Amino acid sequence: MSDASPRPVPGQVPVLRLGDVLLVTLQGDLHDSTAQQLQQDLAETISRTGVRGVLIDISGVEIVDSFLGRVLAEIAAQAKLLAARTVVAGMRPAVAITLVELGLTLPGLSTALSTEAGMRLLTQHSPVPGAGGPRQESP
Amino acid sequence: MHTAAGVEACLPIRSDMDLVWVRQHVRQAAALLGFGLVEQTKLITAASELARNTLVHGGGGQMEATRVSSGGAQGLRLSFSDEGPGIADLDLALSDGYTSGGGLGMGLSGARRLVHEFDIDSTPGAGTTVRVTCWVAQPPRPREEA
Repeated sequence: MSDASPRPVPGQVPVLRLGDVLLVTLQGDLHDSTAQQLQQDLAETISRTGVRGVLIDISGVEIVDSFLGRVLAEIAAQAKLLAARTVVAGMRPAVAITLVELGLTLPGLSTALSTEAGMRLLTQHSPVPGAGGPRQESP
Repeated sequence: MHTAAGVEACLPIRSDMDLVWVRQHVRQAAALLGFGLVEQTKLITAASELARNTLVHGGGGQMEATRVSSGGAQGLRLSFSDEGPGIADLDLALSDGYTSGGGLGMGLSGARRLVHEFDIDSTPGAGTTVRVTCWVAQPPRPREEA
């Protein structure tokens, strides 16, 4: 990448690849359409690259409403169908309090307190080679 | 002293871009009125749910923010109104898990839990108005000398 800083363009969230993990950093206030675009981009990128993990850093997100909560849950569900694990990292305490009160406990989401902890979670549980059966790699 | 500027506003809700403005305005107004971080987060989240209902179910509308006070307490009142189809069964719409729009069914019932006062007025065929109010928590009063 030649850009000095990956400034997010409206409508797109950058997806970075770190080895076997896709790293996504959400920041500020997301449009509904941006979140949906990310959901689609991630499915395509997982399928294309064959990564085994997705790490979504939401430490810069001030609110998670039921829409964004649903998008996060759906990203995790679709990643699982594509043989990748998802960890949501860095949720702010006020966001966790609000989500529970809202009635959204998101039981299917794995979480970590920091990006670092999330990365550990995704890399140390790397599956035994061959455990998932043969996987067709795209070139 | 807080002035009404920066708190009181009437914002259109016509697109998902407007949802962003609604959240930003509520964040700014709640901060100006002195809401704590958790209360701010709850209020912005409730506003986001209600504004999305206005957009998705009401076909668009507006949010009006007003500063309210009662007995020395300061509060923020948000009123979301649309001229959409209205809600035929309010009890059903307010129950957890009920959805007519493909969501999780947590918007209305969840938003109600996040605020102090919640009031809904809907006429089938004429529209819906949801009013919510949150009060700034008063710091504990120093104990009177015995």
